[in-house]
Amino acid sequence: MTESTSTDLPQEVEEPMATVAASASSVGGGPAMTPAASSDPASIGAEVVFDVRDLDVYYGAFRAVRDVNLQIHKKEITAFIGPSGCGKSTVLRCFDRMNDLIEGARVEGKVLYHGVDLYDDRVDPVEVRKRIGMVFQKPNPFPKSIYDNIAFGPRLAGNKENLDDLVERALRQAALWDEVKDRLKKSAMGLSGGQQQRLCIARAIAVEPEVILMDEPCSALDPIATARIEDLMQELKAEFTILIVTHNMQQAARVSDRTAFFTTEINSHSDTRTGCLVEYAPTNKIFSAPEDERTENYVTGRFG
Amino acid sequence: MAMTPIDQHIAPGKFPGGDAASLLGDGPGRRGDRIFRAVALGAGLVVLVVLALIAASTTHEAWPAFRAEGLSFITSSTWIPAENKFGALAFIYGTVLSSMLALVLSVPVSLGIALYANEAAPSRIRRPIVYVMDLLAAIPSVVYGLWGIIVLAPFLGPNVYEPINNAVGGWPVIGWFLKGTSGRSFMTAGIILAIMITPIITSLSREVIATVPRAQREAAYGMGATRWEMIRTAVLPWGRGGIVGAVMLGLGRAMGETIAVALVIGSQTGQITTHLFEAGDSMAAVIVNQFGEATGTHRAALVGLGVVLFLVTILVNVSARSIVGRFDRQARGA
Repeated sequence: MTESTSTDLPQEVEEPMATVAASASSVGGGPAMTPAASSDPASIGAEVVFDVRDLDVYYGAFRAVRDVNLQIHKKEITAFIGPSGCGKSTVLRCFDRMNDLIEGARVEGKVLYHGVDLYDDRVDPVEVRKRIGMVFQKPNPFPKSIYDNIAFGPRLAGNKENLDDLVERALRQAALWDEVKDRLKKSAMGLSGGQQQRLCIARAIAVEPEVILMDEPCSALDPIATARIEDLMQELKAEFTILIVTHNMQQAARVSDRTAFFTTEINSHSDTRTGCLVEYAPTNKIFSAPEDERTENYVTGRFG
Repeated sequence: MAMTPIDQHIAPGKFPGGDAASLLGDGPGRRGDRIFRAVALGAGLVVLVVLALIAASTTHEAWPAFRAEGLSFITSSTWIPAENKFGALAFIYGTVLSSMLALVLSVPVSLGIALYANEAAPSRIRRPIVYVMDLLAAIPSVVYGLWGIIVLAPFLGPNVYEPINNAVGGWPVIGWFLKGTSGRSFMTAGIILAIMITPIITSLSREVIATVPRAQREAAYGMGATRWEMIRTAVLPWGRGGIVGAVMLGLGRAMGETIAVALVIGSQTGQITTHLFEAGDSMAAVIVNQFGEATGTHRAALVGLGVVLFLVTILVNVSARSIVGRFDRQARGA
């Protein structure tokens, strides 16, 4: 315990410095604070993983989100930003049917995953969630050992063999292996918040999903842990398609290839708020030359 | 009065609020806090004092029997008041056996109801279930006992126990247990007790299950767990401590239950048998059946049964707590 804490400390200090330096150079060098990848025209034509058409989400009679249309591209990072209550998390949860778990939640429209509507009656949400992983706002490891946390998904899938290699690979991919390799049998609850969140990412990627959904994955973490997760996302992009909801505009600008900006509209007759998608474009465009005035007001900090 | 350092610094006049002395408040801690602490401490102490007094006075009352019998009070099963022989082993056995039967029958059903109500049932079905369970918990035990002696025992004896006894009573292993034909028996007591403790275990474990964090459920669902897999991997491990606590309360109730057991267990003194369909007796049942006409050492022996019951209950609770505590420490690390 003490040994590994003392070894992970220097790393946690070193790497964020590199990140800060990298993002600083891109701010100075580029036209806007955007990573190079999003300005790459090749990515524009990338394969479509999700095609969302006329998506409405209701909680009971209340319409939480209306008329969302967007496409998610393979091996890109797509960020959802917007003020509180704009429905960005609600929309994210449509991609793995987590909204099914909320009583009264109802979805209209289509979420096509490689052409198959996830909300088709015949689609089993359990199968959907095996292919589309999720990382939550608050790190939520199981109160089990680190090893058992990673092995959870593979075991659910019926993999009863020796999972040592698989666990190591997932932990390495999540940049956590060096910190925990000597304490795999210890409880995951003893890790720091940032380590727990990387464990949750490792747990999600252990089943080799195609897509990882991240619902404000850094909002409970300090800046150093946040930087590590952001670095990790850039590495994971080589293999996974990532959707991230974030309250933090700088984070969206730093990590994402495309950004969707949501906002809320006040329904004049019922005094409720419905979220809607305002603008969806490559990240550098959203932050440097947004088409919609509401987007510009938001990204320049004039509201929200 | 000697000048303490803080007094030296208190100069009237130039202080926000007028006077630096006001920073001192009315001494260490606010008065309300002090009163609250005293009341809470008092309430806590009352529990311990009452417990100690009960233990001391019952032990005192039972002393003549303990002294006369010595250790054979709990190692002998010969209970003959006319000859001043008071061996309580058979009653201890009856209490433990009927309570264990009750747990075996009740725990799966209780957990099933609790999980169904919390995890599976739509809310319009959940409410009636919870309501009926609470209602069952409120029925006085004598009513259960009367129902047991008038309806259940006469039915079970010839219609259930006898056929089972005839069918498998001669088999090895199973036959050791499923033997006998008495309607009033360990088994009937176990069944009545199971019915009585099911509402308790159900309602307590339901509350425990409801406290499992949504994040834990979502973690399991998010990995592609089915509902049952989610319950097995997220709900049950998280709620284990509380569920065992609920079971312990049920067990305590079962071991201490007097009148219902006295009515249906058959009052067969000195019976230690693995045959579940035969009559026996329990500590609480013997106390209530014999106390009215007991005097002298007999009376002391009955109070002694109460002391033993008290100790057995504490023993069961403490050992269960420590088992759960060890599990939880392992699981949660930290």
